[in-house]
Amino acid sequence: MGDMTIRPEDVPVVDREVTETEVLANATAAGGERDLRITDSTLRDGSHAMSHQFTEEQVRGVVSALDRAGVQVIEVTHGDGLGGSSFNYGFSLVDELDLIRAAVDEATQAKIAVLMLPGLATVRDLKQAHAVGASVARIATHCTEADVSTQHFGEARALGMETVGFLMLSHSTTPDVLARNARTMVDAGAECVYVVDSAGALILSDAQERITAVVEEVGRDGAQVGFHGHQNLSMGVANSVLAYQNGAVQVDGALCALGAGAGNSPTEVLAATFERMGIRTGINLGEVLSAAEEVVRPFIPRLPWMDRSSITQGYAGVYSSFLLHAERAAERYGVPAHEILQKVGEYGYVGGQEDMIIDIALELAQEKELGDLAGSGVR
Amino acid sequence: MSKGKATAAIVGPGNIGTDLMFKLIRRSDIIEPRYMVGVDPTSDGLARAKRLGLEVSAEGVDWLLAQDELPDIVFEATSAKAHSANAPRYAEAGILAVDLTPAAVGPYLCPPVNLSFNLDAPNVNMITCGGQATVPMVSAVSSVVPVPYAEIVASVSSRSAGPGTRANIDEFTETTSNAVEVVGGAERGKAIIILNPVEPPLMMRNTVFCAIPPEAGEPGELQDRLLESIHAMEATVQEYVPGYHLRAAPQFDPARDAWRGQARVFIPIEVKGRGDYLPDYAGNLDIITAAAARVGDLMVAHRLGVDTTWKSSADLGDLPDTTTMPQEAGV
Repeated sequence: MGDMTIRPEDVPVVDREVTETEVLANATAAGGERDLRITDSTLRDGSHAMSHQFTEEQVRGVVSALDRAGVQVIEVTHGDGLGGSSFNYGFSLVDELDLIRAAVDEATQAKIAVLMLPGLATVRDLKQAHAVGASVARIATHCTEADVSTQHFGEARALGMETVGFLMLSHSTTPDVLARNARTMVDAGAECVYVVDSAGALILSDAQERITAVVEEVGRDGAQVGFHGHQNLSMGVANSVLAYQNGAVQVDGALCALGAGAGNSPTEVLAATFERMGIRTGINLGEVLSAAEEVVRPFIPRLPWMDRSSITQGYAGVYSSFLLHAERAAERYGVPAHEILQKVGEYGYVGGQEDMIIDIALELAQEKELGDLAGSGVR
Repeated sequence: MSKGKATAAIVGPGNIGTDLMFKLIRRSDIIEPRYMVGVDPTSDGLARAKRLGLEVSAEGVDWLLAQDELPDIVFEATSAKAHSANAPRYAEAGILAVDLTPAAVGPYLCPPVNLSFNLDAPNVNMITCGGQATVPMVSAVSSVVPVPYAEIVASVSSRSAGPGTRANIDEFTETTSNAVEVVGGAERGKAIIILNPVEPPLMMRNTVFCAIPPEAGEPGELQDRLLESIHAMEATVQEYVPGYHLRAAPQFDPARDAWRGQARVFIPIEVKGRGDYLPDYAGNLDIITAAAARVGDLMVAHRLGVDTTWKSSADLGDLPDTTTMPQEAGV
């Protein structure tokens, strides 16, 4: 640790192909000593990519496979966190409390985490999730607004939950401001604060500077730092490695990258990469590869991918979960999704403002209509 | 209450209290703000009120209630806790209370929806900024068709959300969703608040989503009546909040299974503040102070048996000295 970059000599030399059997034979057994904890968010961030249509059977299958692979924390909630089932973000097929209950039932060693966004979810929602067995509270705010989470961290601690703070759209502010907001969360009761790259917009040194600033600010109090990446510019795994090298000890992933936008850092790629680097995650590689390939891949309607819209999100700094909403508005109003997303970035809308996508689509549709009139000679 | 005029006290000299003072001074002929009460002697709000000729004190409500001449009406812009403690004392002294905190000791009040039923109440609650902006529209829809579910999203600029709001953000969501049901007329309500720090600050923007019967989601007579009701409500709110307007036409989406077979209407509302004291992006503060002043004016007029002479913006000349937004504010 302390290294700021990946040096050529750190890159593992691959002199021959290893077989899957060899990988499995050499893989770390699940559990044991860890240098880094990977939290899997397939069943939360992946909810966006699934339009919040997870079934209980899918949740049970994923939790069981992740649990077997030695993943220690599994997040299960609507994509927008507790209470996210709504007109604005999309209604859940199955009540999230039922999904959380099923996940808790299925897990033998893994803790079940829930996400909540103050302003959307309340302490009452958190208590309900805790009552059905969730034991990690991940509390998310826009990266400059950490002080709205104070009461929620206090309540989560009072409930005896492990607490994690989530500073969303971290690219949109400076490392200093981010560190101050991390401080607010730690003072309120966060045991770990994540630099969350909700737009997949951080490029290597951007992520590194933010992690370093947050580690310097809260690390001395014994608070941990984490990183949550998205693949919109294909940086999720690389940023996660840099985050670890700069002091982060928690990293998020999702199986098959199942998450908003172009998806999350794939849990199975994180596990393989860290294992190759000799960094212990406590995850059994063979098991997690099989969880991705055999459990998740078959039910995904559309693999998250870096296409024109999701790349635009990374480029313009747009909250990743806006993707499918923009596509729907694009279809409804006959305007391009990537243009909607570009405007979202220009206007500086933050996580939760999905309703603004309709405003922008209407604005673009009107411009288009005027343009068409002009094109047909009407002045 | 004599001479056809009532005296008012404002308790809580922060941004809300100060904006309210300006509104009463400039717009009401029947309410005379006489006292401004706080707890911090160094408060800018108290100093400003004193310059404008109000009697001020940092000794709190004890001081106010010890005055020889008690106010007829008190506007409270402190905290839920403070108002819960003060409310019985105002009642005992026979002072009408307009509560701008989330305490909700008295009934929720949204002027265009339920003021007429509550004119004689001794204490009324102004819900929240988001409630004042959205409940009228939920009511406009539910007065035409049944609304099994309504959801509101209030986006406000980070600068206009003060420490009180931030420390108790659950109070906002819970109070507003309650009011969407109780006053707005939805069977079930949900409220979401988003703070956005972008510069220059965004205007307050609210979305109202209502689940409506499938036939109302299709063009036709029922949808026309809904549109008429929505536009009429916009005009009514504009009487006291001139910057209140639909940002685009309401959008109707046909019924879907995922919406339990209901259709949906989306109503986008922007609230530009009047700039009485606070900057125009703080429409969230403007709408709650404007509603409170309006309610106070009408309740006092009712008690005095006179017509209100409330001045709409069109009657007013230039703006007073608008000040840069102080950091302490509340939604």
